[in-house]
Amino acid sequence: MVSILKRGLAIIILLVIGYWLAQGLSGVPFGQDKMLVGQYYLNHVKQQTGAVNAVTAVVVNYRGFDTLGEVTVLFIASTGVGALLWGKNRKRTARTEGSVVLTTGTRLLVPFVILFGAYIFIHGHLTPGGGFPGGATIATAFLLLYMAFTMYEIPYKAFEKTEGIVGMGYVVVGLIGLAIGGYFLFDWIWQTWGWGHNNIGRLFSGGFIPVIYTIIGIKVGTELSGIIDNMLKEEVKE
Amino acid sequence: MISVYYFGSIALVLIGLYGVLVKKNVLKMLIGLSIMETGVNLLLISIGYIYGRSAPILSEGIGPNQAVDPIPQALVLTAIVIGVATTAMALSVAIILYQRYGTLNVEEIRRLRG
Repeated sequence: MVSILKRGLAIIILLVIGYWLAQGLSGVPFGQDKMLVGQYYLNHVKQQTGAVNAVTAVVVNYRGFDTLGEVTVLFIASTGVGALLWGKNRKRTARTEGSVVLTTGTRLLVPFVILFGAYIFIHGHLTPGGGFPGGATIATAFLLLYMAFTMYEIPYKAFEKTEGIVGMGYVVVGLIGLAIGGYFLFDWIWQTWGWGHNNIGRLFSGGFIPVIYTIIGIKVGTELSGIIDNMLKEEVKE
Repeated sequence: MISVYYFGSIALVLIGLYGVLVKKNVLKMLIGLSIMETGVNLLLISIGYIYGRSAPILSEGIGPNQAVDPIPQALVLTAIVIGVATTAMALSVAIILYQRYGTLNVEEIRRLRG
């Protein structure tokens, strides 16, 4: 009885919220050109950043500081997961090994999954993708290993060190920009050194976007693998 | 009449909100939160869409006037990553809840706390 009442109340609230949202959105025309800043980015992205993919240029170059904050949020989340699930004697407790299909497939596929992740984040300025999807793909490879083998563990000390070093690398790239160009995350490779001005659309262009996306890719990959590791281990009581 | 994409994103938000409001299992509530996030992302992307234009990758044949708005897509890229981070945090809280109380039912947890 109570649950039916609760459910009915919830549905009424949802209908009110839905009507309100639809009312608000009916004033926003769909499919019309509403760009102001976006048009500026699209017009100048090739000369100013050297990237072909405007989305990654916005994420890494025009709003690079925002992305540094985003990476920090991800770092805090992974540290938070580690702190919440902290325990003294944590081990893997899975009992059954994966099936033959899973283990064989994992052995064959893991190098290629990691290679594909690296491809995604290195070509972030040319194709859809970038550091975050690439890093997630790399973490998928480690998740596959965890699912297939009961005893597998990532070398988490090395992973944590890698994560810290590449995180500092991002700040160092920004600080070099501060020293050369006068503001944090200034694109020194593209604007001061002028590398790759005559092969826009090929791999060696885009200023520091491939560099930063490689950093982000490694960082996200190690962080997400660390989260997987923390979640799959359980405290063993003896 | 609103567009079908707006309708779909509002529907996703409402489905997720229903899960958060009505379900008693913590994991189901978290799934509801994720569905809400998907709805918001779809809304942002569809606001940036322009009829007859292509993805904002300025390769051959696509000039600055044939691409959709890149900013909502960049924002959604950020939102997805933050969503993953918050989901991971929430799931680890759920793991701790299960270890403490032996159940994921919100009402039982409230009763056990007294």
